[in-house]
Amino acid sequence: MENTKRKYVIPGDVITSGPYRPEQNVILDGERIIATAIGISEIYDDTVRVISLTGKYIPKINDLVVAKVLSHSSLSWELDINSSYVGFLPAADVFGRDFSAHADELNSKLKKGDLVVARIANSDRSRDPLLTISDRELGKIESGELVEISPSKVPRLIGKRGTMIQTIEMATGAIITIGQNGWIVVSCENSDGLLKAVKAIQMVEEQAHIANLTDRVKSMLESKGE
Amino acid sequence: MILGGRDTDLVLLDENGIRCDGRKIDEPRKIMIKAGVLKNADGSAYIEFGDNKIVVGVFGPRDVHPKHLANTDTGILRCRYHMSPFSVEERKKPAPSRREIEISKVIKEALKPAVMLEQFPRTVVDIFIEVLQADGGSRCAALAAASVALADAGIPMRDMVSACAAGKVADTIVLDVNNEEDQAGQADMPVGYMPNMEKITLIQLDGVLTPEEYKKCVETAIGGCKLVYEIQKKALTDKYFSNGGNN
Repeated sequence: MENTKRKYVIPGDVITSGPYRPEQNVILDGERIIATAIGISEIYDDTVRVISLTGKYIPKINDLVVAKVLSHSSLSWELDINSSYVGFLPAADVFGRDFSAHADELNSKLKKGDLVVARIANSDRSRDPLLTISDRELGKIESGELVEISPSKVPRLIGKRGTMIQTIEMATGAIITIGQNGWIVVSCENSDGLLKAVKAIQMVEEQAHIANLTDRVKSMLESKGE
Repeated sequence: MILGGRDTDLVLLDENGIRCDGRKIDEPRKIMIKAGVLKNADGSAYIEFGDNKIVVGVFGPRDVHPKHLANTDTGILRCRYHMSPFSVEERKKPAPSRREIEISKVIKEALKPAVMLEQFPRTVVDIFIEVLQADGGSRCAALAAASVALADAGIPMRDMVSACAAGKVADTIVLDVNNEEDQAGQADMPVGYMPNMEKITLIQLDGVLTPEEYKKCVETAIGGCKLVYEIQKKALTDKYFSNGGNN
């Protein structure tokens, strides 16, 4: 990345001043651009943003999340999406348009404690985020291991153009589903691969701020290989 | 005794400008802050401010209970300042006292201008402050630690809030009044300050000051806040950027 200047910032730090466009986790105060979170500031051409290193997941439309069923009413489920808000999954989304509150039993499809891969269909903070599972690759998770990391470290786990996650998947043979909310499901045919993949994910979480992390993870995965 | 205030036995300030605990007039007590000390809280901090020892835990933004307190336009801030029964020399009853309720309120109001709660409508941010050992100026110490804990929790803030007291002891304006000076001195002024925005978020005054003394006292306290800010910054840097190096 050629035109980027990176800096460690804490809330209140003045990143720069001048005609820049403020993006995530920054505010404009007159001419000054101020960080509002702990993280790494980046200046791209004419925009400034801070990649936060801490904090809860903030739902964004079209994000893929791993969610846990908390409870249901007669018309919808409530899902824990590791955020400040609970996710709302309407029954019609699962049963289709001919859903009837009398005839269909919500428990038959999703029970309390079940994990699902869902997509955020709508989120405007005046209401709870609306989820959907009606798409390919979405829906109930039948098997796998749940790993929780900080949502702010998800981009690091994916890596630049998915390099990090590809590295882990290739070396272990595991299939990894990453929710933007920091919940990750790892499934693998053999238990060694599963353990190694989980370990690699935890390593990314712990060392997210270190440069050349992909290489470090690669050497860790290879060293334990034989 | 000529020097000193109400308590005549204690020499609060000697001829060389040295205070009862050996500090100079513009010298704060020893301050240490550590961020992220509690596993179960979303954000936390521990501060040692002289003999003050305070732990702060922050939760949220999360669902508001009871629900009628929720505000659909913005998030709300709740703060509880509590002194442990063993924090002072004679056992303190654990029920919240008039003083603790007041301090909870002023700390909440001192943090509110910094925290960007409007990004999280219908939620609450809870701040729990537990004083393990008290030694005068605990509201400033608690405020400084609460601000670090909020940043640790990743709650968006316009600026950090740092805090330090100043006061009048033996007719002299001094920085960071300790317990003895608070009891025997003539005035105590805790100040909360946002160092980058250069705004005061908390100011209280116990005692009598002339307009000139008042001005000097505020300036002294702001100077102290800037020192505290550097320590807050270090606490967060140590936790988040310790073995990375600036790239």
